[in-house]
This record gives sequence, structure tokens and C-alpha cells, in this order.
Amino acid sequence: MKSSLQRPPLTAIIGLVIVATFLLLAIFGSYIAPYSEFETVGETWAPSSAEFLLGTDNLGRDILSRIIIGAQMTIGIAVTCTMLSFVIGTVVGLAASVASNVVDQIFSRSVDILLSIPVLIFALIVLSAFGSSMPVLILTIALIDAPRVFRVARALAMNVRNLEFVETAWLRGESRWWLMTREILPNILPPMISEFGLRFCFNFLIVAGLSFLGLGIQPPSADWGGMVRENGQAITFGISAPIWPALAIGLVTIGINLVVDWVLSMNARPSGASAEL
Amino acid sequence: MRLFKNVITRMILERVMLGILTLFAVSVLIFAATSILPGDAATAVLGQGATPETVKAYREELGLDRPAIVRYGDWLAGVVQGDLGTSLTTRQPISDSVIPRFENTLFLAGFAALIAVPLAIGLGIIAAINEGRLVDRVANIVSLGAISVPEFFVAYLLILFFAVKLGLFPTLATVFPEMGFFDRLYVTILPVIALIMIVTAHMLRMTRSAVLSVLSQPYIEMAFLKGLRRRSVIMQHALPNAAAPIISVVALNLAYLIVGVVVIEVVFVYPGLGQYMVDAVSKRDLPVVQGCALLFAATFVAVNALADILSVAINPRLRRSRH
Repeated sequence: MKSSLQRPPLTAIIGLVIVATFLLLAIFGSYIAPYSEFETVGETWAPSSAEFLLGTDNLGRDILSRIIIGAQMTIGIAVTCTMLSFVIGTVVGLAASVASNVVDQIFSRSVDILLSIPVLIFALIVLSAFGSSMPVLILTIALIDAPRVFRVARALAMNVRNLEFVETAWLRGESRWWLMTREILPNILPPMISEFGLRFCFNFLIVAGLSFLGLGIQPPSADWGGMVRENGQAITFGISAPIWPALAIGLVTIGINLVVDWVLSMNARPSGASAEL
Repeated sequence: MRLFKNVITRMILERVMLGILTLFAVSVLIFAATSILPGDAATAVLGQGATPETVKAYREELGLDRPAIVRYGDWLAGVVQGDLGTSLTTRQPISDSVIPRFENTLFLAGFAALIAVPLAIGLGIIAAINEGRLVDRVANIVSLGAISVPEFFVAYLLILFFAVKLGLFPTLATVFPEMGFFDRLYVTILPVIALIMIVTAHMLRMTRSAVLSVLSQPYIEMAFLKGLRRRSVIMQHALPNAAAPIISVVALNLAYLIVGVVVIEVVFVYPGLGQYMVDAVSKRDLPVVQGCALLFAATFVAVNALADILSVAINPRLRRSRH
């Protein structure tokens, strides 16, 4: 498998190109977009033309521009959720791995209960209670995702926790925090990074799904899930307006999955089972 | 404790008890999330403009002035007797509107699962047997695509081609109680295909890796080394041991079916539990949300318990390792 280190496979290159393109759009989108996000520039649901490459939406706004500008909001929220859930999940997971058995059991059993509610249903419960706003949305998704990160982090940390160098550090009197951050964390980082990609995809799809249901990011901000919702009815007239933002969502997720597959195949082969967890 | 001599009977009882316990914890969680919060149901329904007097009167009418524990006790007692309370917006008993919708959802999800489960297991096994060959790589890329795109993308593509361009099926899955079985099947074909595609992709990938992990065991190598043909190694040695992980894969993926069914119902305006719940969330009709969430969670917990019991029943070795 040495060759895979030197030259990434075609699928990985495609993935990297997709991810890089959308990252650029997310950062510089408002400079690239031909039209504004809010302005009505054409008729309702105009077909694609040289003027409007992907046509216009239900209010006559340029779909391409809204996809380009919406990249920032759509991707940004999912990244924020995932980072938050990783901080929470990893800290608690590492803590559980170095804590006493009782504490570990309490954490693990509570997580089992949290995991027995399907994600979307959980999100709907919380959003119905708090109403949908940006901070609520981000916190909800992060808190729903954190137990899943906890599971992975704890399982990986448990493998490292019993190795000699951790035992040595414990015996020479280092604190639990030292064990977590200096001994265990650096050793579980590579698999955690590919896990980050997978969790991001998952959160990205959930946020898009909630926006599609009208419970995520609120209009008039351009976001891809909301754009699909606003243009949903066009499909019955054979107009492909809702297809484009949905395709953008799919492309981002496919791109990241391709990259993660490649990273996993490099990481997993030499050390065997570690990435399987 | 030799109360139950039969190991399987005892195991089933343990698993059912665990399921009930989980469900109890879930019900506490659902109730807590929707009740012990700043914006309570009264203000949510009456809106910001309501005077304090009307809010107070409404709170008393709903019984929201009593402590949360008492309300939880009442709610749970009602739920156990099949009474989910009263909707805040329609003032109708929730159970009456939930039950027909739940049946509709079960019809949709069950129809999809009936096709998706054998399809995914079959394709997953074929992909695993041909690891690295063309079949496997095609299955890998297609299923990666299908799990990456959102459910509504699949649904809209299906509508665009099969309903609008070809005119084969209706764009909306409208069903009503008097409808015949075959009319129902015809109307729900597009949402079912969308669900099948999503669930099959997830299940196929996990089935494949479950079979592959069994194939990497030493006894499989032994079977090959003693000269058995590939077909019989897989059929007689690998698959019986892969059955338990495959069953848990199936159960796990029914979660995607639950999430998928909510979105798909909204796309096709299908009168199921998912659409009802989304509607209640946007109206902030909390008792309805609680009831729907509890039903979804109960289905999920029941499916998982059933899967555990099945996998132990199929694989005798698992019976001993559990204490």
C-alpha cells in the first residue's frame, strides 16, 4: 500500500477537488456570485439560460448566486456543530477512559439511552420546545452528535489507555488531565480526524433535512436545504429548480466521503483493526 | 436463579425488560425536553401578544400550573392506557389522529423494508464475496452516492423522471382510508422506491463489511486451505457466523428508515406520522410532538430488541457469553 501514500487514487482526487471548490465558495462566495442573494432579477422559475445558468427561484432570484452565497451559511453551520460536538464528545470520552469504572459506566449507560432516540426525532423534540433559531439549532445538533463522538473517542482511548506508557505516566504521578491530553489524545488523533469528516457529513445532512422541513435555517438567508423547500412545488411542473441546491448538498457529502475513504484506507491497513472502531 | 430453565426464554425476558426500561428513560427524556423549559406551551400557542391573564387562565386550563413530576405521572398513566392527551391546536384526542397515521407510516416503511432488507443483504454478500472486483467497486461507488445525497434529492429526481417526464406515477402519494390495497401500492410506489434506495445503500455497505470481517477469521482460512471451494466456504462456514452481525446491521439501519420516512412523507405529502409530527413541531403543539416522538422511539427500541433476540436465537454461541 505504499503507492497510495505517494499518489492518491482518482476517487480521492475527485473528492479533494470537490471539497476545495466548495470551501473556496464558502469563503469568497459573495465576491464570485453574479447576482445578489436577495434581489429579484428575473421571472419566477425562469429556465436556465446564459443569463441565469441554473434558472431563477420562486421569487425570481438567481439560483446559482444563491447556491454560491448560501455555501457559507450551509457549510459553516455544520462545521460549527461538528466542532462543538467533537470538543464535548472527545473530552467526556477521554475522561470516561481514565475515570473510575463507576463513572465510566454512568456515562456509557446514559449515552446508550440517548442513542436509542433517532437523531431527527430528537432534533424535532428540542426544536419544538425551544423554537428554531440559529443558536438553538447549532446547540441541538452538537448535543445530539456528541454522544456518538463520545462512543468513538472512548473506544479508541480504551485501546490506548492500557498500554505501558500510559500506565507509566500514571505511576509516576501525572494527573488524569495529563493522561488525557498528553498521553492518550495524540495517539487517537488520526482516526478521530477521519471520524470528524464522517460526523460532519452526517450533521450536514441533518441540518439540510431540518431546513428542508422548515425548522432549520430561516429565510430569507440563502441556505441549500431551505432553497429546496421554497422551490419544491416547481418539480410538479417539470422545473428542476429544487434539484440544484439538493445536488450541491449531495456533492459536498460525496466529496468528503471520498476523501475520508482514502484517509481511512491509508490509516487502517498497517495497524489493522484500529480504524474499524 | 434457576427460575427459567430455558436459556432462550430467560434471555428474551431480560431483553424485553431492558427494552421497557430504555423506553421509560426515553419517555422521561422526551417529557423533560418539552416541559421543563422557559417557553412553555401556553405562551407558544397564544403567542407573544397575549396578556398575562389569558396566559395564566390557559395554563390552568392545561394544568401547566402543577409541578412537572405530577404532570409526567399523569401523562405516563395516560400513555400506558393508550391515551396520548389532547392536541393544543385542534383540541382533539391525539390518539385518534395518531393511530391511522401511524398505520400509514408502518405501511410505507414496512413495504420499503420488505424489499430493501433481502435486496441489501443479497447485494452486500455478493459484494463481499467479490471483494475488489468490478461488482464490488460498482456497488461501493453507487451506494456511496446514495448515502451521500439527501433523501429529498432522491425523491425529487424520482418525481421529475417517473411522475412528470414519463407520467407513470402520481407526484403526490395521497391515500385515504377507503382506498383499496392495490391502489395504495400504486400511489406509494415512488416514496417506497426512494426509501428503498436510501436504506439499501446503508445496509449493503454494512452487510459487506460484516461479511468481510467474518471472512478474515482463521477458521475461514483453514476452510480454504483444506481445499473447499469458495462457494461452500462462504455458504457453510462464513454466513452462519455472519448472521448475527447482519441482523444487527438491519436493525441499526431501520433508524435511517425512520429518519428517511419523515422527510419522504413531507415530500410526497403522505398522511403519515412523520408529516404529522413535523406539522406539530412548526405549530409548537407539544403534546402531539411528545406522542409522535414516543411512538417513533418505541418502534425503534422494539426493533432493536427483536434483532438482539433473533441474533441470539440464530447463533447458539452467543447464548453462553451473556451472563
